[in-house]
Amino acid sequence: MNVHAGDRTLRLDNVTCVFDGGYVAVKDASLTVNDGEFICIVGPTGCGKSTLLNVAAGLLEPSRGNVSVFGQELTGMNKRAGYMFQAESLMPWRTALDNVALGLEIRGVPVDKAREQSKFWLEKVGLAAHKHKYPHQLSGGMRKRASLAQMLILNPEIILMDEPFGALDVQTRQLMENELLRLWSEDRKIVLFITHDLEEAIALADRVIVMSAGPAARPIGNFSIDLPRPRDVAEVRLTPEFLKAHSAIWDVMREEVLKSYKQFEGASHDA
Amino acid sequence: MTRKPSLPFLRLCQIGLFFFLVLAWYVLTAFELAPSFFFGKPLVVADRLYQWFATGKIYIHLWTTLLETLLSFGIGTIAGLAVGMWLALDPFASALLDPYVKAANSMPRIILAPIFAIWFGLGIWSKVALAVTLVFFVVFFNVYHGVRDVSPVLVSNARMMGASSRQLLRYVYMPSATSWVFSSLHASVGMAFVGAVVGEYLGSARGVGFLILQAEGVFDINTVIAGMVLLTIFALILDTIVTIAERRFLAWRPSQGSQRA
Ligand SMILES: Nc1ncnc2c1ncn2[C@@H]1O[C@H](COP(=O)(O)OP(=O)(O)O)[C@@H](O)[C@H]1O
Ligand SMILES: [Mg+2]
Repeated sequence: MNVHAGDRTLRLDNVTCVFDGGYVAVKDASLTVNDGEFICIVGPTGCGKSTLLNVAAGLLEPSRGNVSVFGQELTGMNKRAGYMFQAESLMPWRTALDNVALGLEIRGVPVDKAREQSKFWLEKVGLAAHKHKYPHQLSGGMRKRASLAQMLILNPEIILMDEPFGALDVQTRQLMENELLRLWSEDRKIVLFITHDLEEAIALADRVIVMSAGPAARPIGNFSIDLPRPRDVAEVRLTPEFLKAHSAIWDVMREEVLKSYKQFEGASHDA
Repeated sequence: MTRKPSLPFLRLCQIGLFFFLVLAWYVLTAFELAPSFFFGKPLVVADRLYQWFATGKIYIHLWTTLLETLLSFGIGTIAGLAVGMWLALDPFASALLDPYVKAANSMPRIILAPIFAIWFGLGIWSKVALAVTLVFFVVFFNVYHGVRDVSPVLVSNARMMGASSRQLLRYVYMPSATSWVFSSLHASVGMAFVGAVVGEYLGSARGVGFLILQAEGVFDINTVIAGMVLLTIFALILDTIVTIAERRFLAWRPSQGSQRA
């Protein structure tokens, strides 16, 4: 365990993101993630979830507001964070083994040592038998496992995940969610997990944050999820506590989803 | 009915067709139905080829053409790779040079041959220079578009893992660019070969193109055809080597076989 004194939170303060062309994606969004907390952000598609995560990662500089990581204001990349992307992010010219080893190589670890550790992590995510395959030879689920290992091998203190399992079928997805919870429970890092799927959010999170529909999206709801851990994401969905949380959050979300739906409708009529 | 013929049968037919064509050529020229002055005679052509190798006279010419091809392929590829990466990663330079690149590419570069002959003389370097201008653009355009089309997610991913700009170059842009070099290998090797032979043909003292030029000067059609046959075999061998290299280096590409033109 880390024994840093003091602040171990990730904070966004009044973050506003304006894109070229003047579109205000996120406006005055504030958010605090405490040490060891698993947070899910839900919101309608296109509301600005990825934008917010990119700000937390240091990949995108907010137009206004700031980010502080463990008490320090963030400038440039967030070096304490690992990021798992929504889109395919493995290097297609590297095998699973070399993809997972990449982060260590970048940090100057000799290749054979990096590969050694990579093997360990591939085993941990159940890919030991596929280490010499290239991404196109792996299934979608396997690629996500490799991406997970690629991120975790660097032992980030903050884990950022942008709809990581969105493209998977339901069964694979639940397997991956359980896998993620198992790995996370080993050392309980900060997790900021983005999804548009409320059920996934409740099954995984300690806390669910609801974003309003864009433009000028911001968090509008904050729900603690008191389901016991360890959880099985498939079973937990059937408990009365889960259903209660779901209906409470859905009450807030429904309006936002409708709003965003209407915007798309409007846009397609204008076109 | 479009049933695919079995492979051995197909091969047999292909070989049969070859012999039929050669036989037709033989018969037509033997009876002067086609004037042998213009079309040569297959047996004489075969004899020229045999003599070239039997006397060993051909090796210096083959070696010269091969050397020119390899040099221009190497130089053109490295230059195309370097300039392609540079312009892909430097938007200002790219915008500045855009019209010049377009102009240089659309110019029929064979007309540079006389200039190169004046600059570099009749030795191999004038041929290498001509072929380099052909290879360069093939590699350049592939690398340029390849690097520009690198998924921004890969770049972000590497940056999140702590990559500096130099490391981005090494771990993301370079591998991506070299993969595009490999996928343009058939075209660039072909260009190197064409450039070398055309260069020789336009003025030289050695090389297979020179043999053809010399024979043409004395209306020795049989030697011209023998040179053509030799060049064709040469090109087929180069192409086979490229295919093997491709299999080896592009193993990570999905359905790599179907990408070949
Ligand atoms: N680079 C950009 N330039 C302009 N608009 C953008 C850019 N990135 C995202 N947007 C817009 O910002 C909004 C939020 O995008 P995003 O954060 O990706 O949404 P989400 O992840 O919630 O689906 C969308 O309307 C999108 O079109
Ligand atoms: Mg998104």
